[in-house]
Amino acid sequence: MSYTEEYVKNKLLKELEATHVEVEDLSDGCGAKFNALIVSSKFEGKPLLQRHRLVNSILSEELKSIHAFSQKTMTPKEWDKQNSQ
Amino acid sequence: MNIVTRILNNNTSRRLSLGLYLCRGFATSKEAIEKLVTHNKVVVFMKGVPQEPRCGFSNAVVQILRMHGVNYDSHDVLKDEELRQGIKDFSSWPTIPQVFINGEFVGGCDILLQMHQSGDLIEELKKVGIKSALLEAALSESAEPAEKKK
Repeated sequence: MSYTEEYVKNKLLKELEATHVEVEDLSDGCGAKFNALIVSSKFEGKPLLQRHRLVNSILSEELKSIHAFSQKTMTPKEWDKQNSQ
Repeated sequence: MNIVTRILNNNTSRRLSLGLYLCRGFATSKEAIEKLVTHNKVVVFMKGVPQEPRCGFSNAVVQILRMHGVNYDSHDVLKDEELRQGIKDFSSWPTIPQVFINGEFVGGCDILLQMHQSGDLIEELKKVGIKSALLEAALSESAEPAEKKK
C-alpha cells in the first residue's frame, strides 16, 4: 500500500484539526518518503518530542510502509511568528 | 612497525567482534537495551557507523554531534535486525536514527536538527556535563575582545 501527498495531508488536517498542512512526496510518487509541515493548536504546550509522537501515532499504520517521514510541527502562534519575520 | 600494526589490528578486530557479540547476544530484551542506552551519556542507534553512515538521516545526526564535539556510543542497526526492531519498541519510535541523552530518548533526526538550530542541544548537553564545542568556540571568540580591554 502506498500513500499520496493528498491522503497524508487530509488525514493530518482531520485528525490534528490542523490549520495548515504541507505534505511533499520526495519519492517521485511511490509514497515512500515524505516531508510534512503541520500547524495545529493541538501542539500547544507540548515539547517537540510529544508533538512528533502525536503525529507518529496518527500515521502509525502508514509509517509501516512510509520509509522516511520528516516533520516540522508548529502551533498557529509559532507559524504566524515565522511568517511575519 | 609490523609488530605494532599487528597488535593494533588484533585489538581492533577483538573489540569489533566483542561489539558484535554484545549486540547479537543481548540486544533483544528491554533490560539489554536499557544497558546500551545508559552506557554513555550520548548513545546513537543508526544505519551504518559514524565513519560511514548508510542513510542520510543517520549522517545528519553524526554531523550534528561532530559539530558539537560529542563523544558517543553508536550502534549499527543494519548489523542486527533484532536490535533494529528492539530499539523501536523500546522507545516507541518508528524510525532510525534514534538519539539518547543520559539514557533518555531525545528524538530522531528532525528533532536533533531542530534542537541544534534552536540552541536547545547545547543546553541538553550541558545538563549532563558535556560542554558543546560550539559553545566553547563562541566563548573563546567573545573572550578575545575582553582580554584586549585589560
